[in-house]
Amino acid sequence: MPSSASLLWRQYRFERHLFWRNPSAAFFNFLLPLIFLALFGAIVHGHQNELDVIVPGIAGMSVMATTFTALAYNLTFLREQGVLKRIRGTPLPSGIYLAGLALNAVTNAAIQIAIVVLAGRLFFNLGWPPQPATLVVFVVAGVGCFALLGVALSHAIPNFDSAPAVINGVFVPVILVSGVFFDVKHVPGFLRDIAQALPLEPLINGLTGGLVHAHGGLGQHLTALAVIGLWALVGVVLATRGFSWEARRG
Amino acid sequence: MAANQSAIEVNDLRKSYGGLDAVRGIDFRVRQGEIYGLLGPNGAGKTSTVEILEGYRRRTSGEVRVLGFDPNDRPRELRARVGIVLQNSGIYNHVKVAEVVAHFAHFYPHPRDVDEVIELAGLGEKRDERARHLSGGQRRRLDLALALIGDPELIFLDEPTTGFDPAARRSAWQTIRSLRDLGKTVLLTTHYLDEAQELADRVAIIKGGRILAEGSPAELGVGGGSRYRIAYANGNGEPIVVQTDNPTSVLHELTTAAIARGEQLRSLSVTRPSLEDVYLELTADA
Repeated sequence: MPSSASLLWRQYRFERHLFWRNPSAAFFNFLLPLIFLALFGAIVHGHQNELDVIVPGIAGMSVMATTFTALAYNLTFLREQGVLKRIRGTPLPSGIYLAGLALNAVTNAAIQIAIVVLAGRLFFNLGWPPQPATLVVFVVAGVGCFALLGVALSHAIPNFDSAPAVINGVFVPVILVSGVFFDVKHVPGFLRDIAQALPLEPLINGLTGGLVHAHGGLGQHLTALAVIGLWALVGVVLATRGFSWEARRG
Repeated sequence: MAANQSAIEVNDLRKSYGGLDAVRGIDFRVRQGEIYGLLGPNGAGKTSTVEILEGYRRRTSGEVRVLGFDPNDRPRELRARVGIVLQNSGIYNHVKVAEVVAHFAHFYPHPRDVDEVIELAGLGEKRDERARHLSGGQRRRLDLALALIGDPELIFLDEPTTGFDPAARRSAWQTIRSLRDLGKTVLLTTHYLDEAQELADRVAIIKGGRILAEGSPAELGVGGGSRYRIAYANGNGEPIVVQTDNPTSVLHELTTAAIARGEQLRSLSVTRPSLEDVYLELTADA
């Protein structure tokens, strides 16, 4: 039998290949955070403290879009199309197949974070990330957490036609409430409490440390990291328990 | 594996979904190198049975062996030795035919040659076409290519020609026959009689989760409970039909009597029941 490492590498390469095979989808995938950065950068031009909020906010949104949204959408499609069932009938181990899908999403997340960091450096006076360790820890935690939650959400989507509505129904309120576009400090207390209990606000909190704050370190974001960790645990349970290789019938 | 061993053994297989009994105790054996047909109307329990054998569903009770393995355990070695064509399963929209066949080849320890399999499946001219541009029949051929790339000993074909036009069916049948020539074992489910008759070495007629009759299409035609049908017109020109298990003696009596009376037996015909008659008789709603 082919080795697991070579199978995973091939599966990952195959997923990347197919990702670029649909160039318009790939292009807009990477363009979206840049459009947001350009728009909000223009709106808050000259107010550095607001730019310091927008850039990590967009970075957090990018992590969520490339993992949570993309995996929920892709898995629903692959399940409805019967691709998952077909793969399940081959000797390719299921875990390797799913790891290939996840690594593909992680790669997109890494590319988008790199784009946001570069844009922050070039256009928004942010400089290079002052706390690279904090940045890396939170990107890794955020990617893992949101990937698991994306897999979990795909179980709740009844069919592919309803996928955009369900996914946006979660994604849009979460990015609005979590302070992607504004400082969470300025919102009413109850909304702030909700935001801080969800995983995106803590992620943006950590990314703000990594991307903006020259002083401080990872130690200042441990609560945020714990919230992300708890959501990741919820994600593990929901993603594995409900996992189905087949579309629901009837 | 010894040549006389069964590729598939099923003993008292049962499957219930909630309160619904989809499979109610069926037994059959598929020999190495034969094409075995599960023939029955929609909802007879064919797909439930096949998906248990493929490892997609857990049985409620009974014994099942596929190439000597219990498919419930989903052993990787078994998955490497079988090829599965599901009733409907899609593929990535933007992948090209040769690309996806070559990719699937890497899953298997001893894959066949990619171009050879594409030719065998009749997709030679479409090898650089994207999957989403293929017609329904061509997608079905791609399903077959993906099932064959691992050089399986045993191939499951679940309703392989549903929705095909007559020419496409003929050519698919030719491909399936060529699998037998390669020494493969095939388990075929179909609700088309002619398909079972054309392809299968042996057929089980299945309805309501039970096997009603089993045998070669020719055997089933005579031994399945139906009788020979002798029709003629008597001296007054009235049509007479006699059903019998013993046409020789009935014909002898009829012809002797007619000769004695100096009559002709006009419009005499003797018909042997076809698989279709057996099938319709067995599967008719009581």
